[in-house]
Amino acid sequence: MTGHWITLLTFLPLVGALTVAWGGPRSGAARRRVALLVHALVAMSAMGLAVAFDTSATGMQFVERLSWVPGLGVEYHVGVDGLGMVSVLIAALIPLLAAVVSDRVAAGREGVYYPLLLLLQFGLLGTFTALNFFHWFLFWELGLVPAYLLVRLFGGKGAGPASFQFFVYTMVGSVALLLAFLALRAAGGSFDFLELAGADRGGALGRALAQRLPWGGPDAGNVLGWLVFGGVLLGFAVKVPLWPFHTWLPDTYTAAPSPVTMVLTGAMSKMGVYGLLRIAWPIFPEHFAAAQGVLVPLALATVILPTFTAFVQRDLKRVLAYSSINHLGYCLLAVFVVGTPGSEAGTAAALNGVVLQMLNHALTAATLFGFVEVLERRTGGVRDLEAFGGLRRAAPVFCGLMGISVFASVGLPGLNGFVSEFLIFRGIFAAAPWAAAVASLGLLTTAVFLLKVMQRLFHGELSVAWVGFPDLTMRERVWTGAAVAGMLVLGVYPDLVLQWTNPLVLRLAGGN
Amino acid sequence: MGLAHTIWISLLGAAWVALLGGRRPGAARAVALITSLAGLISGLVGALGFGVGNELVTLWRVPWVPGLGIDFHLAADGVSVVMVLLTGIAAVAGVLFSWNIEHRSNEFFGLYLLLIAGVYGVFLSFDLFQFFAFYELAIVPKYFLIAIWGSTRREYGAMKLALYSFVGSAMVLVGVLAMVVVSGNGSFDMVKLASTPLPVGFQAWAFPLVFVGFAILAGLWPFHTWAPTGHVAAPTAASMLLAGVVMKLGAYGALRVAMMLMPLGAKQWGGVVAGLAVVGIVYAALVALVQTDFKFVIGYSSVSHMGFVLLGLAAANPRGVAGAVLQMFSHGVIAGLLFGVVGRMVYERTHTRELSLLEGLRLARLLPFAGVIFVLASVASMGLPGFSGFVAELQVLMGAWQAFPAAALAAGVGVVLSVAFTLRVVQRAFLPDDTVPVTEPEHRLAPITVPEKLGALLLLGVSLWVGIAPRGLMEWIDAGLASPGFATLRSTMGWP
Amino acid sequence: MAMNYLDLARLAAAEILLVVTALVVLSVDLGLRQCDDLARRTRWAVALGVAGCVSAVVILWELVPEGAMPAGMFASDALTRGVKAGVLLLTAGSLLLSRGIRFTPHVGEYVATVILGAVGMLLIVSSENVLILFLALELASLCLYILTGFDKRSAQGTEAALKYFLFGGMAGAVLLFGLSLVYGATGAIEFGKIAQGVAESGVSPVLLMGLVMVMVGLGFKVASAPFHFWAPDAYQAAPTPAAGFIAAGSKVASFFILAKLAESAFGPAMGSSAWGRFAPGWSPVLATMAAMSMVWGNLAALMQTNVKRLLAYSAVAHAGYTLVAIAAGGPEGLSAVTFYAVTYAITTLGAFGVVGLVESATGGAELDHFAGLVKRSPRLAVCLGIFVLSLAGIPPLAGFFGKFYLFLVALDGSVGSLGLLWLVALGAATTCVSFYYYLVLLKKVFVEDAVMPERAAPGTGVESAVVWASTILVVLLGCFPGWILTPLRSALMAVGW
Repeated sequence: MTGHWITLLTFLPLVGALTVAWGGPRSGAARRRVALLVHALVAMSAMGLAVAFDTSATGMQFVERLSWVPGLGVEYHVGVDGLGMVSVLIAALIPLLAAVVSDRVAAGREGVYYPLLLLLQFGLLGTFTALNFFHWFLFWELGLVPAYLLVRLFGGKGAGPASFQFFVYTMVGSVALLLAFLALRAAGGSFDFLELAGADRGGALGRALAQRLPWGGPDAGNVLGWLVFGGVLLGFAVKVPLWPFHTWLPDTYTAAPSPVTMVLTGAMSKMGVYGLLRIAWPIFPEHFAAAQGVLVPLALATVILPTFTAFVQRDLKRVLAYSSINHLGYCLLAVFVVGTPGSEAGTAAALNGVVLQMLNHALTAATLFGFVEVLERRTGGVRDLEAFGGLRRAAPVFCGLMGISVFASVGLPGLNGFVSEFLIFRGIFAAAPWAAAVASLGLLTTAVFLLKVMQRLFHGELSVAWVGFPDLTMRERVWTGAAVAGMLVLGVYPDLVLQWTNPLVLRLAGGN
Repeated sequence: MGLAHTIWISLLGAAWVALLGGRRPGAARAVALITSLAGLISGLVGALGFGVGNELVTLWRVPWVPGLGIDFHLAADGVSVVMVLLTGIAAVAGVLFSWNIEHRSNEFFGLYLLLIAGVYGVFLSFDLFQFFAFYELAIVPKYFLIAIWGSTRREYGAMKLALYSFVGSAMVLVGVLAMVVVSGNGSFDMVKLASTPLPVGFQAWAFPLVFVGFAILAGLWPFHTWAPTGHVAAPTAASMLLAGVVMKLGAYGALRVAMMLMPLGAKQWGGVVAGLAVVGIVYAALVALVQTDFKFVIGYSSVSHMGFVLLGLAAANPRGVAGAVLQMFSHGVIAGLLFGVVGRMVYERTHTRELSLLEGLRLARLLPFAGVIFVLASVASMGLPGFSGFVAELQVLMGAWQAFPAAALAAGVGVVLSVAFTLRVVQRAFLPDDTVPVTEPEHRLAPITVPEKLGALLLLGVSLWVGIAPRGLMEWIDAGLASPGFATLRSTMGWP
Repeated sequence: MAMNYLDLARLAAAEILLVVTALVVLSVDLGLRQCDDLARRTRWAVALGVAGCVSAVVILWELVPEGAMPAGMFASDALTRGVKAGVLLLTAGSLLLSRGIRFTPHVGEYVATVILGAVGMLLIVSSENVLILFLALELASLCLYILTGFDKRSAQGTEAALKYFLFGGMAGAVLLFGLSLVYGATGAIEFGKIAQGVAESGVSPVLLMGLVMVMVGLGFKVASAPFHFWAPDAYQAAPTPAAGFIAAGSKVASFFILAKLAESAFGPAMGSSAWGRFAPGWSPVLATMAAMSMVWGNLAALMQTNVKRLLAYSAVAHAGYTLVAIAAGGPEGLSAVTFYAVTYAITTLGAFGVVGLVESATGGAELDHFAGLVKRSPRLAVCLGIFVLSLAGIPPLAGFFGKFYLFLVALDGSVGSLGLLWLVALGAATTCVSFYYYLVLLKKVFVEDAVMPERAAPGTGVESAVVWASTILVVLLGCFPGWILTPLRSALMAVGW
C-alpha cells in the first residue's frame, strides 16, 4: 500500500497543536473541544490504518520514502509492520484517553496544555513510524520536550527536580544512542533501520568498526562494537526503564499530573520497548546473545525489585509507578532471553507476548492512572493510601471498574494482562527456565501489593472524610467503561492483535 | 547585488550613519536596519546565484600592492557563502535587538556596521593580506561597542577581549608572513599558497602558531577566558555579534588559513587540537553548570559549543569539517538568540541577571513571549533534533568517531552536560519551583516590542529551517570543501 | 667630475631656497616687531616658512637634476628627492601647527630655527660622505636642541633641552670617534669607498668598533633604546609643535640615512643577526638595539600618564620596529624603512597636532585631559583615534601596512629566510603590549567622561586642517600603500639597488 497515510496521521497532531495554540479558539473550552476533536481524528485515522493493514504481509506497509539530506544518508522513510501498527495504535489512543480526563489539570491554561499534549502525540507517532535513524531520533527527542514541559508546568509538588531528572536522565540515554548510531554510520553503516538490521551478524559490525574507526589494538573493533551496543542499549534502557536506570521514573510519574502520567507510562515507555525490538535487537543479535549473562539478571531485577519497593509506598501513584516498571520488566526479560538458537517457537511466543504486553500495559496502566485522576479530582489531590478505606460503599461503579483494571494488571485470566504475560513466560521458559522461575516471583509479589491497594482503597471502614464521595459521572463511565471493555476483549480475543504481529514475529524468530 | 556588495553596503551604511550626526537616534537605527537588511538580501541574492558548484568564484580582483604580490581579491566558495549568510542574519537580528539604543546611537550603529563590514570582508577574502586586514578591522569596533555601551565590568571585559584578540592576531601575523616567505611564491594569493606545499618541518611549528592565533577568538580552551567576561560585559547586540559571528571569524580563520594552507601541520596536531576542544566542551559546560549570572551561563555555553567546531576541524575529515562549518552557522544563530533573550528581553527590563533574583520574578508569567522563545532556543542549543545544532553536532560527532573515538565519547559527555546546564538555567530563569517565594518587580516590565519579536522569530526560524532542511547549506558546504582551495587539504587527509 | 659651483647651486637649490627663506623670515619678523601683534607676526612667519617649504618641494621636483658632487658630498636622485619632499612637507606641517604659538615672542627665530633644522635634515638625506653627514646631523641636532628649550619660561623645557644637548653632544662625539675609526680602517670617508675598503679588508676589530660606535651615535638620533633617555623629556617639555617636528621630520631623515649608511657604506660588514647564526657586523648591533627598543619602549609606555611622554616611548618602540627592517638589510629593507618612517612621521605629526589642540583647550596633556574628548570635539577625537590605531598597527591604516611590510621584509630579507623570525616574533609580541596603552588612551577619549574643565580654545582652523590632512593621508596610505611604495621601489631601482 502506498499513499501518504502515515504522514497525514503523524502531522495531524502538529496541525492540531498549532491550531489550538494560535489558530482559532480563544476560550479554554473551545480549545479543549478542538484538541479532543483532533485526538479523536487521530485515533480514528489510526484505526482506519489498522483496518487497512494487510495481516498477511510481513514487510513494511504504507511505506513512504523521500530523499531528505542525501549528504548524510538521511531519508524520510516511514512505514509500519505489525509492531509499528500496535505502537501507532497505542500512540493514537492513549493521548486521547489522557485528553479526555485532562479538564481539571489543564483548567485555565488550555492554550498551553493541549498543544503540548498534541505535540507529544506528534513525537510518539513519528517515533513509531520512522525507519531512518535521523528522522526517528528527531521524533524521539521531539516527544521529550513537550513531556518535560507538561510535567514541569502542570506537575504537582516536586515537579521541578523531577522533571529536571527526567529530562537529563533521558538525554543521557539519548546521547548514548546518538553516539552509537553515529559510530555505526561513521563505520560505513547506514541510518536506515531496515538496512542496519543484521549488521552484527557474524561479528560484521565489529569488523566494520575496526576497519573504519582507528582505535588501536587488535580487538579495537570488538571494544567499539561493545561500546556501540552499550550506547544503544542504554538509550532504550533508560526509557523503558531497566533496573538500575529506573530511578527517574517514580519521581516523575508521581510529580506529573495524572493524565500526563497516563501518556508517559502508556505510550512513552513503549518507545523504549519499541526501540529495543525495532532497532537494537535486529542490529545486535550477537551482542544480545553474548550479553545475556548480564542482561537477564538485570531484567529479573527490574521485574522483582520494584515490587518490593512498591510494598512500602503510601502514595497510590508511586505504587502504580513501581508496578509499571515491573510490567515492562517482562518485556525486557523476553527480549533479552529469546534469541537463543533452537527455540524458534518459544521466541515467537515471547515476541508476540512482548508486543501484546505493550498494548496491554498501555491500556491498563493508562486506565489505572486515569482512575487516579478520577480519585484526585474528588479528593483534591489526596492519594495517600492510608487516608482511604471503604470507598466501595460510596462509589461502587468506580470501585468495580477500577478493580477490574487492577486485576487486569495483576494478570488475571480472562483479562488482557494474562495473555501477554503467559506468552512471555512460555517463551522465556523454553529458552531459560531458571529465569522464568525467578520471574514468576514477580508475578506473585505484584499480585500481593496490587491487591493491598485494592484492600486499602475499597475495603474496611469508610472514613468520615469520604462519606459523600461521588461515584463516576456519566462521562467517566463512558471512557472507563470503554477501556475496561478493551481489557476484556483483548483478554478473550488476543488474536485481534496477534494477527498483526504473528507474521512478523515468525519471520523474526525464524530469521534469527 | 551580490556577495561582494555586502562589504560595500555595510561600509556605506557606516559612513552614512556617521554623517547623520548624533541628533536623531531614530534615523541611525533605521539606516542600520536598512543597511543590514540590504546586506542580507545582497548576500542571499549572491548565494542563490552562486549555485552549488565546486568552484571558487572570483568576485573582484585588482592588484593592490603590486610589488609585494598583494591583490585585493574577493572570492567565494560554498563555505564563504554560508558564513556570509550567517553574518547577514546576525546583523539584521542584532539591529532589531538594539532598537532601543538611544545613547550615542549613531556611533553605536556606525561601529556596528563597520564591524559587520569587516566580518563580511574576512569571509570573502582570498588574499592573505586582505584577509588579515579585515580580520583586524573587526576587532577594534568590538572593543568600543563593549567599552562604551556595555554593562557589568565593561571596560575590563572589553580590554581583555581586545588584548586576547590582538595576541591572537599577532601570532597569526607572524605565521602568515612566515608562510608567504617560506612558500617563495612572492604572492599572498591563498589558493596559490594552498597549492604550494610548505615543508613539513615548517608546518610543524607554524600550524599551531596560526591555528591557536585564530582559535583564541574561537574560544579554544585554555585561551577562552576572554569570552565569558566579554560576552557578559557586552551590550546585547555586541554579544550577539560576538558569539554570532566574531567567534566564527576565529574558527573560519583556523580552517581557511591554518588548515587549508598547512594541512600537514593539521594532520600532525589534530590530536592535540581535538583534546583541547574536548576539554573546552566539557570544562565550559561544567563551569556553566554552576554560574549564578544568567549571561555567564550563555557565555560559557558559547565556549562549550564552539568546542564542537574545533573538534570537527581537528577531525579533519569531510564530515567533521562540514559539521564544524555548519556548527559555526548554527551556533551563530542560536547563541545570538540566547543572548538576545538574556540581554535585551530580560536584563534590560529586570536590570538583573542574577538567577536567584530572576527566580522570584516568575518571568514566564511576566514575559511569556521571552519564556517561549528562550525555551525553544534552549532546546535548539542543547542540540535536540529539529534545530540546526543537531545536524551540525551530529556531523561533528560522526567526524570525531572516525578520527578520535575517545574524543567523540567525551564530547558526548559534553552534550549531556550542556543539556543539564541549559535546562538548569531554563528552570531557574523561567520555570522556577513553586517553593521559591514570589517577588514583585520594582516596576512594571515593558512588554516585548515588535522589533524584538521579529528578531527572535528570524533567528529561531532560521535555526528551525536549517534543522529540518539542512540540505541547502550542506550542499554549499560540501561544494566549498570540494573547491580548489581545499585540494591540498583533501589529498593530505586522504579524503575520497 | 670637477667641482662646479653652478652645479652645486642647482643640485642644492632647495636647501639654498630654505636658507634664504629662514633669513627672510627673520628680517620680516624684525620689521614687524614694532607692531607687537604676536598673532600677526606668527601668521607672517609661518606663512613665509610654509611658502618656502612648498616652493622647495616644487624646486626639488622641477629644477633639481639628478647628479652628485664629487666624493659623495651631495647626491641627488629620485630616492633622496622623494625623501626630502617628505621631510619638507612634514616641516611645513609642523610650522602650520605652530601658528597658535604663545610660548615665545621670538616667532621669527622659532620659524627660522625650524627651517634651518629642515635644511640640516635635507643635507643628511643627500649626503654620501661621512663628514658631510656628521656636519648635517649636527646642524639638524643643534636646531632641535634649541627648539626643545624654546619655551624659556618652562624650567622643564630648559632642563630637557640641556639633557638633550648633553646627550646629543656625547652621541655626536661617539659618532665622530666611530667615523674616525672607520676612516682609520678603510681610509675613506665616502660611502662607496668605505664599502670598497670594508670589502677588501674584511671586518677588522677596529672597523667593528667604529661600526658599533657609529650605530650608537645614530641610534641616539633615532631614539633607539638604550640611547633614548632624552626623548621622553624632550617630547614632553618641548613646545608641542616643536615636539611634532622632532618626532616627525628628524626621524625620517635619521632613519633614512641610518639605513643608507648601513647598506651602502657598510654593506659588506653586515654580519648576521639570524637566530643561531650570529656573525659580527652592524646587523646584530641594530637587531639588538631593535629588540631593546621594542621591549623597553612598549613596557615603559605602559606606565605613562602624560600623552606626550606616552608618544615618546611609543616612538622608542617604533624606532625598534624600524630598526628591524634595517637589520634585515637589502633594498627591500631600505624601502620598508622609508615607507615606515614617512607614514609614522605623518601619524605622529597629526597626533601632536591633536595633542596641541587639546593642550590649548584644557591646559595640559595628561591622560585625564583627553577624557571625554569625543563629546566636546568628536572630529578631533576621531582623528586622534585614527592616529593611535595607526600607531597600533590596525588596518586599514598606514601604520598597519608599514608594520606588515617591515615584518615581511625582515623575514624575507637578505639575512636568509626566516632568520629574523625571533625579532619579528618579539616585535609582534611587543605590539600586543602596545595595544594596551593605546587602548587606554582611546578609552579616555571615547569611553570616559570629561574630568578637566575646558577653556575656550583659540582659533584652530589651520591646525585642524593639518590634523585632517594627516588623518586622510594615514587612511589613504593605509588603503593604497602603492601610492608611495611603487614610486619608492622604482626610485630604488633607478638608483640601482
